[in-house]
Amino acid sequence: MRLRSRPQQPPPTAAPVPRGPVPILAVRKLVKTYGHGDAAVHALAGPVDADGVEQGVDLTVHQGDFVAIMGSSGSGKSTLMNILGCLDAPTSGRYLLDGIDVGHLDEHQLSLVRNRKIGFIFQSFNLVPRTTALAQVELPLAYAGVKAAERRRRAMAALTLVGLADRADHRPNELSGGQQQRVAVARALVTSPAMLLADEPTGNLDSRSTDDVLAIVDRLNAAGRTIVLITHEDEVARHAKRVVRLVDGQIYEDIRQAPLQGLPPALQDPVEFASHTLHVGHVRAHANGGDR
Amino acid sequence: MNPFQTLRFAFGGLAANKVRSGLTMLGILIGVAAVILLLAVGNGSSQAVKDAIQALGTNALTVSSGSGSGSSTATVVKPLTVDDARALADTSQAPDIKGVAPEVSTSQTAIYQGTSHTVSSVVGTYPAYFEASNSKVDKGDYFSDDDVLNSRKVAVIGSTTATDLFGTASPIGKVITLGGTPFTVVGELATKGGTGFQDPDDTVIAPLPTVQNAFTGFSGSISQILVEATTADATTSATNEITTILMGQHSITSPSAVDFRVSSQTSLLTTRTSTDQTFTVLLGAVAAISLLVGGIGITNIMLVTVTERTREIGIRKAIGAPKGVILSQFLAESTLLSLVGGGLGVAAALIGAHFKIVGIKPVVIPESVYGAFGIAVAIGLFFGSYPASRAASLRPIEALRHE
Ligand SMILES: Nc1ncnc2c1ncn2[C@@H]1O[C@H](COP(=O)(O)OP(=O)(O)OP(=O)(O)O)[C@@H](O)[C@H]1O
Ligand SMILES: [Mg+2]
Repeated sequence: MRLRSRPQQPPPTAAPVPRGPVPILAVRKLVKTYGHGDAAVHALAGPVDADGVEQGVDLTVHQGDFVAIMGSSGSGKSTLMNILGCLDAPTSGRYLLDGIDVGHLDEHQLSLVRNRKIGFIFQSFNLVPRTTALAQVELPLAYAGVKAAERRRRAMAALTLVGLADRADHRPNELSGGQQQRVAVARALVTSPAMLLADEPTGNLDSRSTDDVLAIVDRLNAAGRTIVLITHEDEVARHAKRVVRLVDGQIYEDIRQAPLQGLPPALQDPVEFASHTLHVGHVRAHANGGDR
Repeated sequence: MNPFQTLRFAFGGLAANKVRSGLTMLGILIGVAAVILLLAVGNGSSQAVKDAIQALGTNALTVSSGSGSGSSTATVVKPLTVDDARALADTSQAPDIKGVAPEVSTSQTAIYQGTSHTVSSVVGTYPAYFEASNSKVDKGDYFSDDDVLNSRKVAVIGSTTATDLFGTASPIGKVITLGGTPFTVVGELATKGGTGFQDPDDTVIAPLPTVQNAFTGFSGSISQILVEATTADATTSATNEITTILMGQHSITSPSAVDFRVSSQTSLLTTRTSTDQTFTVLLGAVAAISLLVGGIGITNIMLVTVTERTREIGIRKAIGAPKGVILSQFLAESTLLSLVGGGLGVAAALIGAHFKIVGIKPVVIPESVYGAFGIAVAIGLFFGSYPASRAASLRPIEALRHE
């Protein structure tokens, strides 16, 4: 078992190291700049060298890891996540996903990568309007060309996993926020992607729905799925095996909370974990008249 | 994604906004129906003219009195006479003329057993008239040369006149009173039908001297002479022969000073046919514009739909929808709109073509049906593809950030 505060990967050109965990994603010298000239926003810059040249962000995530990305507002978390999810292209730098250089893929191959390798969960749920939960979850399978019966079976299994089997026929406007987010989780994991990316998945949820969603995420990670999520809440970050902090477009600290192999912290000793919940403050707020 | 699924998504998309989809379809419907129906009306009217030419007989020439085209320098106009007609009947001088029928015409009130009916055209003529004017008896018989020689009071009546006076009963052998003179009906003409201002079936045809005696007087002058050329091709040479003979009859030396006119039915009607074609083209142009407007309607709706659903497109792309699938979904929607709209338009036009429109029976041109329908669908594809490809080309994050 190796614990590293800053993962040191061999350069991409070097021969793969036979021992040690497999990196599922690796970004090298990643820079993202919005706009030009004086108005340019350096959303992802990394350390700047003596000549003022941006070195870019380096990050490696291994198979089975559970990474929480934290940082203040505007620090570039979503920018990084959108690039990791192949929703946006970096200004410069390389992104290797499962060994494939994403920068060299064309539009159609990118859609395949998004469909097969990545499950993306948004803060604002982003369900397709006027579509039932079941159809919603079937959608990625439909794009993958899975047959109707098989699609139905797998979508139903995913919905059961998030505890929404009885809401399969409900449309997004008939579901609570927490339920919508669980549908979104089901949709993200139905294709069995190599990794699950989540941009503030609990940002719009109350503490109970947050626990529901995190419990699912914990179980998925325990089952071997790689998870990268963005959060502002320490309570959420507590569930991760590793916490990466961004400040002003660079990685400021990278802390491992639990070993890469093995269960996520919440499942190692559930009772002990629950006793340290940071929700207490919320609970008190609810008791004082806050609604649920 | 199989085609069936794409189609189901498209149906879902259209059903989500029924009023909007319905109105767009209505635009296409009206466009397609207008193209088919207006072309059918134009076609129907020129068809009617063609039928009228056939009914009048293409061999027929009409000689009428008067200084014709206005270029004539005739100072005195000699009326046409029966002698002129006889001269034209001389086959040695006019080999291209088959029959000659001098005509006098008037309008009289006919009475049969208290039923009265104003006949718009009472014609006194020779039996040759029937063939030259393409009038065939349906019941009974024509009157004969003998009837003409003896000025018998016999008549052949048109089908409208017969129906008005006798209803469904046979008029043959009955005696009608025409302007106070009794006439025995010997024949009824077959219905010609027609679209002109005058009903060609509202007529009474009687021997020339009988009509002259009874109504127009025996002045010897006649209204016009109907001449039948041997063939349709011989009408030009027949016209020349008529001119030569009548110039001799009227002692006219210069062809520019003739006091009569020779006109062929065909020449009169070609003018109308060409007017009709202009009319059809104009109608078609108006209809085509309405179809184009329908197409712009589709583009507009697709643009609105795409803009409204940009976020949804972003979501779909984020979960791995390939560009082609998004493109085909929106294309399927716009094609479906134009397909259903166009189909209903064709149906509406075919139903509408069963009714008379401004007195014209529309005759649907099959090509216009395929054409209008095809153009409608093509418009759907063409105008739908622009907004669709614009939507499908967006980067997922751009589409997701769209407000
Ligand atoms: N499309 C864009 N155009 C221009 N600037 C942008 C765009 N998207 C993000 N930015 C800028 O990039 C920087 C990083 O944005 P990002 O969304 O990554 O922040 P974040 O860490 O996710 O913040 P938050 O916690 O508030 O979500 C911000 O300064 C933002 O203003
Ligand atoms: Mg963000």
